[in-house]
Amino acid sequence: MAKARPMLDELKKGPWPSFVNEIEKSAAKNEQAATLLDLLEDSYEEKRVHWKHGGIVGVRGYGGGVIGRYTDSPEKYPAVTEFHTIRVNQTSGWFYNSEDIRTLCDIWEKHGSGLTNMHGATGDIVFLGTTTDHLQECFNDLSYAGWDLGGSGSNFRTPACCVGPGRCEYACFDTLDFLYNITQAYQTELHRPMWPYKSKIKVSGCPNDCMAAQARADISVLGTWRDAIQIDQAEVANYADAGFDIENLVCGYCPTKCISYDADKKEITVDNENCTRCMHCINEMPKALHVGKEKGATILMGGKATIVQSAFLSWVVVPFMPMDKENDYEEFKDLVEKVWEWWDENAKVRERLGELIYRKGMAEFLKAVELDPIPQMVKHPRENPYYFWYPEDFEEKDGGAN
Amino acid sequence: MISQFAPTDIGPPHYWDKMPEMSKKNYGQWQYHEYLKPGVMKHVGPAGALYTVRVGSPRLLSIETLRWFADVADKYCDGKLRFTSRHNVEFLLEDESKIDALVEELEGAGWPVGGTGKSLKNILHTQGWVHCHSAATDASGTVKAVMDDLFEYFKKDDLPAKLKVSMACCLNMCGAVHCSDIAWVGIHRKIPRVNDAEVAHSCEIPNIIASCPKAAIKPNPKAKSVTINEEKCMYCGNCFSVCPALPIADPENDGIAVFVGGKVSNARTAPTFSKLAIPYIPNEPPRWDTLVQTIRHLVEVWVENARKGERYGEWIERIGWEKYFELTGLEFTDKHIDDFTFSVKTFHTGNGFKFTK
Repeated sequence: MAKARPMLDELKKGPWPSFVNEIEKSAAKNEQAATLLDLLEDSYEEKRVHWKHGGIVGVRGYGGGVIGRYTDSPEKYPAVTEFHTIRVNQTSGWFYNSEDIRTLCDIWEKHGSGLTNMHGATGDIVFLGTTTDHLQECFNDLSYAGWDLGGSGSNFRTPACCVGPGRCEYACFDTLDFLYNITQAYQTELHRPMWPYKSKIKVSGCPNDCMAAQARADISVLGTWRDAIQIDQAEVANYADAGFDIENLVCGYCPTKCISYDADKKEITVDNENCTRCMHCINEMPKALHVGKEKGATILMGGKATIVQSAFLSWVVVPFMPMDKENDYEEFKDLVEKVWEWWDENAKVRERLGELIYRKGMAEFLKAVELDPIPQMVKHPRENPYYFWYPEDFEEKDGGAN
Repeated sequence: MISQFAPTDIGPPHYWDKMPEMSKKNYGQWQYHEYLKPGVMKHVGPAGALYTVRVGSPRLLSIETLRWFADVADKYCDGKLRFTSRHNVEFLLEDESKIDALVEELEGAGWPVGGTGKSLKNILHTQGWVHCHSAATDASGTVKAVMDDLFEYFKKDDLPAKLKVSMACCLNMCGAVHCSDIAWVGIHRKIPRVNDAEVAHSCEIPNIIASCPKAAIKPNPKAKSVTINEEKCMYCGNCFSVCPALPIADPENDGIAVFVGGKVSNARTAPTFSKLAIPYIPNEPPRWDTLVQTIRHLVEVWVENARKGERYGEWIERIGWEKYFELTGLEFTDKHIDDFTFSVKTFHTGNGFKFTK
C-alpha cells in the first residue's frame, strides 16, 4: 500500500498545474518516480534535501551531458540510490513535431523515470532520473533517433536562442540558424569538459532579450540594427484613431527623447542618430514601427549570476557585428575562439569569463582578443588617474616626435 | 553488457522541419503581431497569419502529459508545438477557427492559457528538493503555491507592464533571479559545518579556499582540513559546492529572501539587477503561506501605484526606494545596506532624498 503523503497532497490543490500530479502520473508505472514521491514528502516534513553531490557518470566519449545524482539515504529510498539527470540538446527555438515528443517519451519510458523538465534553464530537454546502467543505452537510442546530449560541467554549455525569424518580426538576424551553426561547430567544446569552468552563449534576436542572454551568458549575442526605425505612418494614424495615447505611452517613455508625435498629422518622427534602439516604441506599436534594415548583433561578454565575486550583466565588446550566414559567422567564431583561448589560459579554477576580465582588467582583455577600445564599451570613462602605460605607448610617440 | 556505442557529436536535429509551414513561408519576413486575448497571439507575415496558444506548465512534466500535448498538437496544429524559455508550451496553428476549441480542450484538462503581453509570466524556477543537493528551499512547491494565489494575473494582460517573477533554490541561482521584477531565492543563515575527516579524504583544500568570496576559509594543516571564520562567512554555500564535507543546509534556519526591481530587456531603461526587499522568510511547507501573502502584497502595491507602462523596477526608481519601503510597509534593516564587493556605489550621495513616515 502506498504511503500517505499529506504534504504533497496539499500541492495538488489549486488552479495552477501541479508538479505532484505529474510525478504521480509517472509513479503509476515507474518505481523510481514512486520513490521520489516518498522522498519528497519526507523533504517537506523535514525541510531538507535528500540528495547528495553528483558523482562522475556518463557515456562513452563524452565528459558531460549526464549529471550524477544519488540520494543521501539509499537504505530508505533504494529505488533512487542512483537517479541521474540526462541533458538532451534541444532544437533551435524549441520547435518540435508531435512525433519528436513521442520519440523522446518512448526512449525515456524505456530508460528512465518518465519525468522531464521542458526545459531546463540552460535550454536542454532534461530527463530527470535514471540509473547508471541505463545511461549508455539511453544515449544510444537517442543518437540513433537523431538526438544528442547537451553540456554540463566545465564546458561549453548548451547554447540557446529565442524564436527569432521563425515567429518574430523583431528578429535582427537568423537566431535559429546561428544557434544550429555554432552548436554543430563546437561539439567538442560542448561534450568534453576541458576548461576552468562553464562557458555560456545565449542568443536573442533583438534588444528585448527574451533569452536573458545579458544576465547569464559569458557571451551574449543581442540583435540590433544601425540605420533607421521603419515607420508606417498609415498604421500610426490607425493607432491614434483607435484611441492609443502615443504621446504619453510611446514618446513619454523614450529614453533619449528622440521620438516625436505630431497629433495633427498623426505622424511619428524619429531622430535615429540619437536613438539607442531600446525597442520601447516598437514594442508598443508593432504594426506601425519596425526594426531597421541594416541588421546584425551586439556582442556583450562577462554576464553571470552572483557566485563568486558578484553578478555581472554582460558588457559591450563589439557594438555591431553583421551576422553573416553566407560567411558561416566567421567573424563571431574568430572572436569567440580568441576569447575562449585567453580565458582558458588565464582563468583560475571556477573563474567565469566576467570575473577574469574584472581581475585582469578590460584593457588586457581587449588587447588579448585584438579589439580597439571605443566609447560604447563604457558608461563613462574612469574616475581615477591610476592607469597603465606600456612600452608601445612610448615607441609610438617617439616615432612621431622624432 | 553494452554491445554497441552509437555515433557521438551529431548535435541536435535541424529545426527547419519542426517549424509550422507558416513559419517557413514567413521566415524572417514577419510584419507584426497582436494579442487576441491573454494567452493567444497572432503573428502576421506576407504569407498569412500564425496563431499561438500559450499554456503555463510546472516545468516538471511526465511523459504521459507530453504525449497528451503531442496528441493535442496533432488534433489542432498539424503536430506543431514549441516551448518557451519560461517553461510554457505553445501550440502553433494556422486555422483561426480552431482556437476556441483548442483553448477549451486545454483548459478543460487543467492547462491554463495565458501569460502573454502585460501579464504575470510563468515563474522561472529550479529543481529544489525534487532533484538538487544544495537547495535551501523547494522550487516547484513554492512556485505552485504562489502561482495558485496569483493565478488571476496570469489570465489577464492589463497590468501596468509585464511581470516576470523568478525563483532559485540556492545562491547558485540557476534561475535568473538576479534580474527579475520579483524573485525569491533560497538562503542559508548559518556557516557550514566542517567534517575534518571527510574534507581530508575527499576534497581539494586549495579549491575550497579559492571558492570563498570573503576569504573566510583558512587551511587547518593539522587536520588536513579547513577552518571557517564565522565573522566573515555570509553563507553563500560555494564551498559546499566544491566540497561535500562542508554541509551548510539547516532545516530550522534556511529560508527565502525576496528581491525586486530587476529586468533584462533594454526597453526604456538598461538591464538592471534585482535588489533586496525581504532578507528572510522561513520555509513553511507545504503551502508557504507567508511567502505567498508577501508576493501578492508586493504585486498589488505595484498594480495600485505604478503608471501604465512602468515595469516593477522602473516604478520604484521613479518613486525612490525609500518611498517603496514606505508604500509596501517592508522593514528596512541592516541587511539591506550592501557590504559585499561593489557596495560603495549603492550608498546615497547628496541630500536629494524623500522623507518618509
